[in-house]
Amino acid sequence: MNTNHQTALAQKLLFLADDELILAHRNSEWTGHGPILEEDIAFTNIALDEMGHAATWHRLRQELTGEDVDTAVFFRDPAAYRNVQLVELPHGDWAFSMLRQYLFDVYELVHLAQLATSSYRPLAEAAAKIRVEEIYHLRHTAAWVTRLGLGTAESHQRMQTTLDTLWPYAQQLFVNLPEDEALGEMGMAVSPSSLLEEWQHLTTTHLTQANLIIPTNHMPPTTDRADHTDHLTSLLAEMQSVARQYPTAVW
Amino acid sequence: MYGQETDPDYPTKLAEFEARIARGEKIEPGDWMPERYRKQLIRMISQHAHSEVVGMLPEGAWITRAPNLRRKQVLLAKVQDEGGHGQYLYHAAETLGATREEMLQALLTGQAKYSSIFNYPTVTWSDMGAIGWLVDGAAIMNQTMLAQCSYGPYSRAMVRICAEEGFHKKQGQEMIIQYAQGTPEQKAMAQDSINRFWWPTLMMFGPHDSASANSDELIRWGIKTKTNDQLRQEFVNELVPLLHALGLQVPDPDLHYDEETGNWISGEINWDEFWQVVKGNGPMNAARLQARQEAHDNGRWVREALAAYGERHP
Repeated sequence: MNTNHQTALAQKLLFLADDELILAHRNSEWTGHGPILEEDIAFTNIALDEMGHAATWHRLRQELTGEDVDTAVFFRDPAAYRNVQLVELPHGDWAFSMLRQYLFDVYELVHLAQLATSSYRPLAEAAAKIRVEEIYHLRHTAAWVTRLGLGTAESHQRMQTTLDTLWPYAQQLFVNLPEDEALGEMGMAVSPSSLLEEWQHLTTTHLTQANLIIPTNHMPPTTDRADHTDHLTSLLAEMQSVARQYPTAVW
Repeated sequence: MYGQETDPDYPTKLAEFEARIARGEKIEPGDWMPERYRKQLIRMISQHAHSEVVGMLPEGAWITRAPNLRRKQVLLAKVQDEGGHGQYLYHAAETLGATREEMLQALLTGQAKYSSIFNYPTVTWSDMGAIGWLVDGAAIMNQTMLAQCSYGPYSRAMVRICAEEGFHKKQGQEMIIQYAQGTPEQKAMAQDSINRFWWPTLMMFGPHDSASANSDELIRWGIKTKTNDQLRQEFVNELVPLLHALGLQVPDPDLHYDEETGNWISGEINWDEFWQVVKGNGPMNAARLQARQEAHDNGRWVREALAAYGERHP
């Protein structure tokens, strides 16, 4: 692997880690506040899984860059975060959090199936392992999409409004970035745009069955993972507060 | 199956019931039991379940601020465990004919109590350590006793819960040990957490035996096998030497070792504060109930959607 490829791979791992970490953070804000106790338990568990996946991707990145995982998470400024905007948006109501998680879960399953064939063994092995957990996440969130889409007039309305908001944001997951070409050449990772068709087919079929109308706006708010909303700034200010207040302490 | 004192056979059945308990048999759902036994158990088990669920709030508030990924994952898992304990316990109470909805209503209207410890705020990260070590440690003492209790479903729930609580306590203790030996700021933070949680933790064991309305009956019926003061003393004896060994102070100027009994003797608990918190006037009572009420209200449309969907797709 030449330096170019190594840099591209480290950057790809950062994308994966940041998406999972920020989504897990948003989901964890629900802990203790869910609509039913069983869901408090289930959704906290999903947040915990996503947090674990973020840690896995960061550790793989650390092997390439040498940067300590907690330093990367707690001492990196918002401008250096590389998550998509979809995951940093505030958690909203239950429809918002379920639908966001659903759209992300389908993307992850499609993506992880490809990453599991990566020529970079550590990445392939981690992807295969994580995929097993994601199957359960998708089963859970897909069931919520159905129940809320077909539940009451109110739940349906909330889901449709949320889908109209989230659909363009979700498109950012499929934007090709400069790193992707190098990774594709080496068979390390497929380009995000190649995942779009399957994601669109799966989500469109399921959402339509839940009586939801697929929005016509497919324009992502940004195509650059360096662009963020100010929601990320306040999210990180909270997440990093203790670590940064005592930078020399070991916790 | 729930015996009323007006039933002419009540004394005979009560004698049989008490003999079963004296033989160490478990009472199971559907067995004959005095109505008072059922009521006491529903009160205790639902109170315990509510404590788990309300207890998710003070710790849940720090998940987003945990200072490293490992601590964050451990805390998420811990708070999830508490939700799980709440769930087992609600089910145990349901075996006595209580419904989840009734129990939830009793919590939200303030009729049902939960552990007064959760009416204190969590203001620093090391409070997560103090809650794990002191609060969960105190809870384990009570729960280890309840694992022996005469009602089968409660006893079995306690066995499972104690196993998980044991991890929570170790995790909390590990944090306080680490911080007591960390930077001066960390040590000061750990001491401050101990200062704030020590007395409220001692209050968790409940009023003095002489002032405890329910104790005698609960002991006779094998629901409790030790008194509040006995458990509190065991806790103090376990914790004081460990805190001292870490160079941490116990915030009790009257604390002393009694050579004769081998006990660490505490100063008097501020019972006015205890009763104020129990009556709903603690620092966080209103905020905790408000958070539960908001979750309930915000979740209403979700539960309605679930019910509507369930009716059409049985």
